[in-house]
Amino acid sequence: MLKGRVFKFGDGISTDHIIPGRYAHLRSNLPELAKHVLEDADPDFVNKVKKGDFVVGGNNFGLGSSREHAPLVIKMAGVSAILAKSAARIFFRNAINLGLPMLICDTDKINDGDELEVDLGAGTVKDLTNGAELTFGKIPEVMLNILDEGGLIPYIQKHGDFKL
Amino acid sequence: MISVFAGMTNPERNIMDKTLAEKILSEKSGSDAKAGDIVIAEVDLSFAQDTTGPLTVRQFQSSGISELANPERTALFIDHAAPSPNANLSNDHIFLRDFARKSGCILSEAGDGVCHQIVAEMYARPGDVVIGADSHTVTSGGLGAFATGMGSSDVAVAFGLGRTWFRVPESFKVEVSGDFQKGVYPKDFILYLIGQIGADGATYKALEFSGDNIAKMSMSGRFTIANMVVEAGAKVGLFPADEITRKYLVAQGRGNDYRKMTADASAVYEKTIKINAADIEPTVSKPHTVDNTAPARELKGTRLHQVVIGTCTNGRLEDLAVAAGIFKGKKPAPNIRLIIAPASRRVLLEAIEMGYIRDFVEAGAIIVPPGCGPCLGLHQGALGNGESCLSTANRNFEGRMGNPDAFIYLSSPATAAASALTGEITDPREVV
Repeated sequence: MLKGRVFKFGDGISTDHIIPGRYAHLRSNLPELAKHVLEDADPDFVNKVKKGDFVVGGNNFGLGSSREHAPLVIKMAGVSAILAKSAARIFFRNAINLGLPMLICDTDKINDGDELEVDLGAGTVKDLTNGAELTFGKIPEVMLNILDEGGLIPYIQKHGDFKL
Repeated sequence: MISVFAGMTNPERNIMDKTLAEKILSEKSGSDAKAGDIVIAEVDLSFAQDTTGPLTVRQFQSSGISELANPERTALFIDHAAPSPNANLSNDHIFLRDFARKSGCILSEAGDGVCHQIVAEMYARPGDVVIGADSHTVTSGGLGAFATGMGSSDVAVAFGLGRTWFRVPESFKVEVSGDFQKGVYPKDFILYLIGQIGADGATYKALEFSGDNIAKMSMSGRFTIANMVVEAGAKVGLFPADEITRKYLVAQGRGNDYRKMTADASAVYEKTIKINAADIEPTVSKPHTVDNTAPARELKGTRLHQVVIGTCTNGRLEDLAVAAGIFKGKKPAPNIRLIIAPASRRVLLEAIEMGYIRDFVEAGAIIVPPGCGPCLGLHQGALGNGESCLSTANRNFEGRMGNPDAFIYLSSPATAAASALTGEITDPREVV
């Protein structure tokens, strides 16, 4: 069971909002890079976010670049899951590959600052602030297996190959 | 206007009913792959570039796999920060060079050009599966390759295993008929299409292009369109491999890499989108999303500070020829910085031979090395506060060109060149 506070963003949060190209020189220095997480969407996010919190977006979360650094810096900020109405394909796969749950649900009912409880096994989200109860879309089994191992690299370390 | 038809589902479908996406993934997975299936497919080429490569290499090194599956089909490109603007990125380049030397993979050096252009010129073949740690890997779909962008972990595992898993995408058939008006180019078409279907209009889908317009389109135009399908969320943008593809490969010295690729006549599409090419006008994407499009004529009066012509979207010889033709004997408006970014060393050499580079330099342009140039905000043309840029690149997100307080518009090389002359967004039909 995951529990934390919501940081709500709008539609179309791009990988440039999450970690812009101008910080490419910090990509081999992840602790420094992570200080700029979501800077162009909310410059103060990095100072406010606490371990276990949730990033909640609208449509097409994570559109743009293939940079895995985008979900990586969100994970490094302590975020326990990303929730959005829809997600860009590469970002979705990257988040799961890093062991960061990316959950698709109707986030209109979730407000900034709400307390959420997410049950990954049951597929449910409970907004403890306004009482809303949501279910999120099923993650394909191949991705669930990767998520269960904590990401793709731990999965490959354990299995040595893809097991469908 | 575009017309959209919902696809038919056919439970009785047989093995000869395949889209291009299903055909390639069936062959590479050794199975009868249908949309929605999860398959493990052989990867013919996997690559990363200098901003995603260091993480890719580190993920590979921690995966427990000791050797590359196919060093001669694994590549690292130094193109995003080429030449390097600072010590950190120079050190990343050293890391990539060391890995290439020890692992035996291909290394493309600073100045060779953008990975997607070089993959098209030298490596991708019709029917291949190509994955790259760069979202614009989709470019090689212009050759009929199943080419798609992935993150560093996925590419690292493909480096080691030579295969990856895919969900076989449903396909949208995009049928383009008729001829473009004068002053209208494939770039206008793809901006128009994205404007119609939206930045998530094709998420997880394959876009498969066909129709009499596509059958006549040059490879340069096909690459421009394929390059941008990811801006509609698509996994891949596929073109049939035909006689035009064969001639392109012959011109690259790789005639043997050609094979004809077409979707089956009875292939099942989730949707068919029909577009009459003559309906399309010179089109511009406005800040800050690619799907925020308008006809160029409606943006007349929009003042510009910088114009960029080139990149992996529109930095090929045909693009530079159109722009050079518009500049010849004329100068950009005062206070316009004009930046030309050829897509590859080969393109630059050809543009020198054709005299285009002379035309650009005489017009007052800055020629940057073949590579990503100012497209992603690292160097070579970052924007100042409040500045506006018209670029032929593929993305205009907030902050993309180094500054969240700047404004990026996207267009064809013709619209960009015409707009550089006037200093404001200009429909190229006014000058050609």
